[in-house]
Amino acid sequence: MLGGIGAAVFWLLTEPRRLDEATIAGLGAGDAARGERIFWAGGCTSCHARPGAEGDTRLELAGGMKLKTPFGTFVPPNISPDPKDGIGNWSAGDFANAMMRGVAPDGSHLYPSLPYTSYARMNPADVADLYAFMKTLPTVAGSAPDHELSFPFNVRRGLGLWKLLFLSDQPVVALPADAPENVALGRYLVEGPGHCGECHTPRDLIGGTDKSRWLSGAVAAEGDGIVPNITSGEGGIDSWSESDIAAYLETGFTPDFDSVGGAMVEVQHNMAKLRAEDREAIAAYLKTVPAHPNGYPARTPPAG
Amino acid sequence: MRKLIFAISALALGVSASFADPQADREGLMKANGKAMGALSAYVKGEKPFDAADVLAQLTKLSDDAQKISDPALWPAGSNTGDSTASPKIWEDAAGFQAALDKFKADTASAVAAAPADVEALKVQMGAVGSNCASCHQAFRVKKG
Ligand code: HEC
Ligand code: HEC
Ligand code: HEC
Repeated sequence: MLGGIGAAVFWLLTEPRRLDEATIAGLGAGDAARGERIFWAGGCTSCHARPGAEGDTRLELAGGMKLKTPFGTFVPPNISPDPKDGIGNWSAGDFANAMMRGVAPDGSHLYPSLPYTSYARMNPADVADLYAFMKTLPTVAGSAPDHELSFPFNVRRGLGLWKLLFLSDQPVVALPADAPENVALGRYLVEGPGHCGECHTPRDLIGGTDKSRWLSGAVAAEGDGIVPNITSGEGGIDSWSESDIAAYLETGFTPDFDSVGGAMVEVQHNMAKLRAEDREAIAAYLKTVPAHPNGYPARTPPAG
Repeated sequence: MRKLIFAISALALGVSASFADPQADREGLMKANGKAMGALSAYVKGEKPFDAADVLAQLTKLSDDAQKISDPALWPAGSNTGDSTASPKIWEDAAGFQAALDKFKADTASAVAAAPADVEALKVQMGAVGSNCASCHQAFRVKKG
């Protein structure tokens, strides 16, 4: 009996929560030209292009890469406009629910390996523009393989509880009402579409980002590397000026002209496609986020 | 084991080369590359008025450094120890690494030969030279957090 109540509560708590009617109705047709900027800010190609794709073929969002995580291997699906294998038949509302609520059209939960925990902070108008742009991309047939997950991570319903804890459309860093406009824009780009916190913030045991150590660096999800601290705390980038940060995002060179590496290479290529004022806004925001010491454990240098 | 291989290859190279510490030497040259690129970028960013003579001097520096880092004695097999960020691929794909060095030499030499007369031309040259840094680093370096 108690088990039955427990199951019912679980069922209610884990129920997918969609966007409200008014938000969906307000999405409109979207503007593809404006959507391109959001597309690059969101880094969709980094996960949804074919493995190893280069140049223009990166716009063929066929899926198929393998994203290894502590919870198993995720394979991003085909999100090209193909009506059968991609998302060509989705309404703008279906798309917005996936991006901002992690809910698929059939009502099941999507895994947060699609970083909707960040995309939830996007402006619905930007999501509509993004969708309009995605419809202009090449149609590709063929489905990507399934994820390789074991119990309990293969049970989508269980994600509902996780989402109650970690899914929020509220900003992470509170800004004063009179904060400069570009800092607010930078916050939007970093915390929303840019999903910088997904890599640069340490995670707790069940995989949620630890907002009290926002952007303080983390152990990399894949491999044994680290993702650096990008706050002004110890080990971070206090010595970088705003123009150093903006130049890094544009050219890939650090202030000592070392070049960007690892998972950041793709992010940097995407950032280079934004407007100069977007990169400056990101830099201005990074200079205002609270300083934290490194969010990853100190490491002993590898033995020679 | 790694140390042993390193010691042996260092001994073997000791005959032909005189680098006491190839890792420190090549990192010093890389840092100098960085400084020259930094000096050039000050012109591109408009932080300094264009100075053709200094631009040529910086490009010449890069071209000289490119010659110097192409010395195989700076890259003894197995010298990716300690805090080196050199990737084992340098030795696994020796031909690819050589090609990256050759391209860097060629691109810096042609930048010197066609020294830019204004900021716009410098931007193009910096792009061509700078792409060598990133592409070689992506292929032949590892990160040691
Ligand atoms: C970090 C990797 C990553 C990034 C970046 C990413 N995605 Fe995804 N996406 C995934 C994964 C993994 C899934 C599968 C989730 C699941 O099966 O629950 C997915 C699923 C989706 C889906 C649902 C498709 C379906 O058939 O159910 C859509 C739509 C989508 N992504 C769109 C986007 C867009 C648009 C962007 C860029 C703004 C983007 N994604 C960026 C990894 C990513
Ligand atoms: C897919 C994971 C990932 C995402 C998303 C990501 N980064 Fe990074 N970032 C990295 C890694 C890894 C590095 C280290 C790069 C290296 O080793 O050269 C890095 C480095 C950086 C650095 C340089 C720090 C240093 O000390 O060298 C800055 C600045 C930065 N990222 C800003 C951002 C911003 C802004 C965003 C969002 C627009 C972002 N990153 C999104 C993984 C990521
Ligand atoms: C042919 C390959 C190659 C090219 C071209 C190249 N580098 Fe490097 N660079 C390396 C390797 C390999 C290392 C790692 C050396 C080590 O740690 O042992 C490195 C290291 C560095 C470092 C870090 C040095 C340190 O203190 O650890 C900087 C800075 C750097 N490179 C700048 C540059 C710049 C700027 C350019 C272009 C103008 C450039 N490099 C071109 C291969 C290259």
